[in-house]
Formats: sequence, C-alpha cells, structure tokens
Amino acid sequence: MRLWFWVLLSAAAAYAIKLSGYLLPRKLLDRPVIIRLATGLTVGLLASLTILNTVGSGQRIVLDSRLLALGAAAIALRLKAPYLVVVLVGAIAAGLGRLAGLP
Amino acid sequence: MPRLTPATRMGLSIAAAVGVYGVSFGALSTGSGLSVLQTCTLSLLMFTGGSQFAFIGVIGGGGTGAAAWAAATLLGVRNGIYAVSLKTLIEPPGTLVPLMAHLTIDESTATATAQTEHDERVRGFWTAGIGIYILWNASTLVGALAGNAIGDPKRWGLDGAAVAAFLGLLWPRLKGRDPIALAIVSALVTVIALPIVPPGIPVLVAAGATALWWAWQQRRVRP
Repeated sequence: MRLWFWVLLSAAAAYAIKLSGYLLPRKLLDRPVIIRLATGLTVGLLASLTILNTVGSGQRIVLDSRLLALGAAAIALRLKAPYLVVVLVGAIAAGLGRLAGLP
Repeated sequence: MPRLTPATRMGLSIAAAVGVYGVSFGALSTGSGLSVLQTCTLSLLMFTGGSQFAFIGVIGGGGTGAAAWAAATLLGVRNGIYAVSLKTLIEPPGTLVPLMAHLTIDESTATATAQTEHDERVRGFWTAGIGIYILWNASTLVGALAGNAIGDPKRWGLDGAAVAAFLGLLWPRLKGRDPIALAIVSALVTVIALPIVPPGIPVLVAAGATALWWAWQQRRVRP
C-alpha cells in the first residue's frame, strides 16, 4: 500500500524534527527568522486547510452545507466552547443543512 | 502515590481536556479514507495533532501521499522550536532525550514553560506528555472505530466536523492583527490555487507564500 509508506514517512519526519531540536546546536534553530517562519507556517497551513475543507471538492470550489459548519464553529469558538463541542457543532450544522435540503 | 504539585495538576487537567480530541481525529481520519490501523499508527508514531489533521485533510481532499507528507511535516516545524526551548529549560539527561522528543508537542511545552522552578518544569512536561499520549491514543481508537461505522463522511455531517476541527486549531493562534491578516491571505491563496493545481498542492502553495510574506513582514516591523 502506497499510503502506508507516506504514513510512516510522515511519522518519521515528525520525530526527526522534534529530535533535531534537542540534538542540533542551539544557535542553528534558535534564530528569529526560524521562529517567525514556524509561527507563520502554522497559521498559514491551518487557515489553508480550514478553507480547503470548507469549499474544496477535488479541484472544484463547491459551496454547500460545510459553509454553515464554518459559521457555526466560529460562533461556538467566540463563545469559548471547548474543542470537542466546536467539532460537534460543525457536524450538527452541516447535518441540519442537508436535512433542510441544502447541498 | 506521588504528591500533586501545581505542575502535575496542570499537566493532568490539560491531558484530560486535550486527550479526548483524539475521538474527532480518529473519526475524521477513517472518514478521509485511512484504515483504522493507519489512523492509530499516526497517533502512536507521529503524535502531533496538527500534523495528523493536516495529513488526513490533504488525503481526504484527494491529494497525494507526498502532498500530505509535506503539509504534515511543515506544520511540525514548530515542534523543533519547542524542543530547543525545552532543552534549555530542562537540560534533560541524554538517555531521556529520545523519549522526551516524542512527547514534545504544543501542550507539554506549554505546561513546562508555565512553571517557574526546574523540578516543576520537569514534572509538568512529563505529566502532560505521558497523560496526553495515553488518552490521545485511546480516544483515537474509539473515534476510528466510530468513523468506520459511519462510513460516508457526509453522513452525520462529518465533513462539517472537519471544517470545525481545523478552525478550532487555528482560532487560538489568531491573536492580534498580523496572524489574522496572514490567515486571510492564506485562505485567499488557497482558493485561487484550488482550481489550477492538483489536489493537495494548494495547501503547500499557501504555506510557502504566507510563510515568506510573514517572515518578510516581521523583519520589516522589528529589524
């Protein structure tokens, strides 16, 4: 299975990054530009994955009940709901949208 | 029975709160097309929630394994930064470093750095790290079995749950104007790239563009 290869390689890469922080000389990683890049990458990737999962469908943009999930989750987060509640609210919003006949 | 100190108490409560997220990861992962065993392998061996979600997010969107690997790995870069600060704060003995590295994630780092004394930092790190590791893996299995039973991700709004899961990971990092601007730029780049490049690649285009923009922006603000 090809997917197994990437699962294991991703796990190995994640561990190598963690370990390198302990083993590499400190001045190699503890530099403002690296820290800025890590912060930027984290926000940029998560924002990209959020919108991708909201409107992406293969190579097409599809507007459907997932938009309701995004809005409902944002409201739950604003109200400081715990993470699991936020995820459930997203599922319920999308489910209700489909129940109401939306795509 | 060891005495509960402020650090162990913080570690345990964070573990209890965070460990159960594994349920949502497990369910979404099998919904994205990974097997139960592949899902549990990610939690056991990768053990960094954001990267695990990134991996299944790209696969679920039809992206290749290579694109999923790249997105997950880029999202894991911050763990290397955590490791640097933990090494300085805790000065772990060499024999513990391999295990400590595996448990180096957002929450164990936060628990350790929130303490003011060396011994408390050590206790905080291990309590949060081991506690989350056990709960995260147990709840991943529960979620994976549940997700497998649901089948089609559109049933029960599992695709909506994925949207909420990513927004929930992003939200706490949107403090201040710069991260919000960055998130908007990244989302725009993703939507523009989506119809043009193969599945999975828009995430990488957005990551590259925003990280460069961010680094350049910060350098200009604080030379």
